[in-house]
Amino acid sequence: MKTRRLVILSAFAALVAGCASMAPTPDYDALMAQMMSSSFRDEGIAKVDRLQQDEANAACSKAQGAALPDSVANPIQEAALKSVRMPADGVFLGDWREGEKLAQNGRGMTWTDKSAAPGANGGNCYNCHQITQAEISFGTIGPSLYNYGKLRGVTDPRSAAARPVVEYTWTKLWNAKAYNACSGMPRFGHGGLLDETQLKHLMALILDPKSPVNQ
Amino acid sequence: MRHTLIIAAAVVLAGPALAQQKSAADGIAEYRAMLADGNPAELFEAKGEDLWKKKRGPKNASMEQCDLGKGQGVVKGAFVELPRYFADTAKVQDLESRLLTCMERLQGFDAAAIAKTPFGKGEQLSMEGLTAWISAESRGLKFNLPQAHADERKTYELGKRAFFYRGGPYDFSCASCHGQPDKRIRLQDLPELTRNPGNGVGFAAWPAYRVSSGEMWSMQRRLNDCYRQQRFPYPGYVSDVTIALGVYMGVNAQGAESIAPALKR
Repeated sequence: MKTRRLVILSAFAALVAGCASMAPTPDYDALMAQMMSSSFRDEGIAKVDRLQQDEANAACSKAQGAALPDSVANPIQEAALKSVRMPADGVFLGDWREGEKLAQNGRGMTWTDKSAAPGANGGNCYNCHQITQAEISFGTIGPSLYNYGKLRGVTDPRSAAARPVVEYTWTKLWNAKAYNACSGMPRFGHGGLLDETQLKHLMALILDPKSPVNQ
Repeated sequence: MRHTLIIAAAVVLAGPALAQQKSAADGIAEYRAMLADGNPAELFEAKGEDLWKKKRGPKNASMEQCDLGKGQGVVKGAFVELPRYFADTAKVQDLESRLLTCMERLQGFDAAAIAKTPFGKGEQLSMEGLTAWISAESRGLKFNLPQAHADERKTYELGKRAFFYRGGPYDFSCASCHGQPDKRIRLQDLPELTRNPGNGVGFAAWPAYRVSSGEMWSMQRRLNDCYRQQRFPYPGYVSDVTIALGVYMGVNAQGAESIAPALKR
């Protein structure tokens, strides 16, 4: 019974599609979902649930590199902004030396990594950004962060004057989608990739006037 | 040979640390030029040709009757037209999935078992040799993947969607690294794969011998490591998504000259 109804339905669908053009357009959404779910398997810490997309990843995938219309981008950015947790103790900066180590460290979250805990993860920063002048092996997918704090006039990161830049930077590290729905940067805080202490060290690396980044 | 390569790598890689940015890039170019003097991929090519002609497997047969898309036993020019649709399997297949079909049908090997074998082990070692030789037989030819069959066009579209599919803990897709021109990760240049990135670049450079690991990597192995670094789960060997990405990159590389098997860092 059920099969018969399906046959009739698909015959009807084929007929309708046939009127529009000789070859019906494949249902790519269904084919894509089927292809992705049949192609991957769990390996170590990398399970197939990683294929599930939230609203942002779904919308940005569909756009295939094109800009999202505001009507789609704005709600994604607003939700991302709401997801940000400011540091519990109100202190935004840690130790830039620790930040530099994290920035250099490109490890974490692959199926050959043993643990998905933040302590096992690096920041991967130099993969995409120039940061200190001393490190010449840097990527160019993201903008240069050399002189990040200096260029923004941050002389005392604890001052009220520096507050907007400090909060913006924390937000960017926590959930980069807050300012750009399809940002290429991982959501380090929101995704639980780095913990608060690690994020503070990265903040210090780019905002502390004593950091080599701001010399 | 291996020793010379390692010493060359050590000498040239140690140099740039003290020098400025410009000379670091020069140093790396020099390092690559030195390596190009002798590509160890040649050893794999020789092994692959032998494997193609040798009687092997439960059926004690050679691969010489294998149809790689240009007729039974035709190897030259086959590589630059793959992946393509094959009527006898009713599937779009890349080189490695087609080789598995032939190894199963002609030689009696268990294709599923080979697909589950880790890279660099067992019959996967045969794949290294076979893909090296077969790609070398098309060296200097231009990519020209067929798109006449509806399934080839459908697979291209699915490959395009897969290329832009963001997911995993880092929200990465293939396009995160390969969607723009003139980008790098650290000092490594990234080919833009949404279009033809040029002769011998991107799709036109694999399989390749990787100096850093001393291994011969097929396109399947390259894609597998891309997904590892993309922080995705594990793509099955010759799984549909890997074939679709092959069609997408291969069609985009239309007209690019193949240098495979290439030499990589």
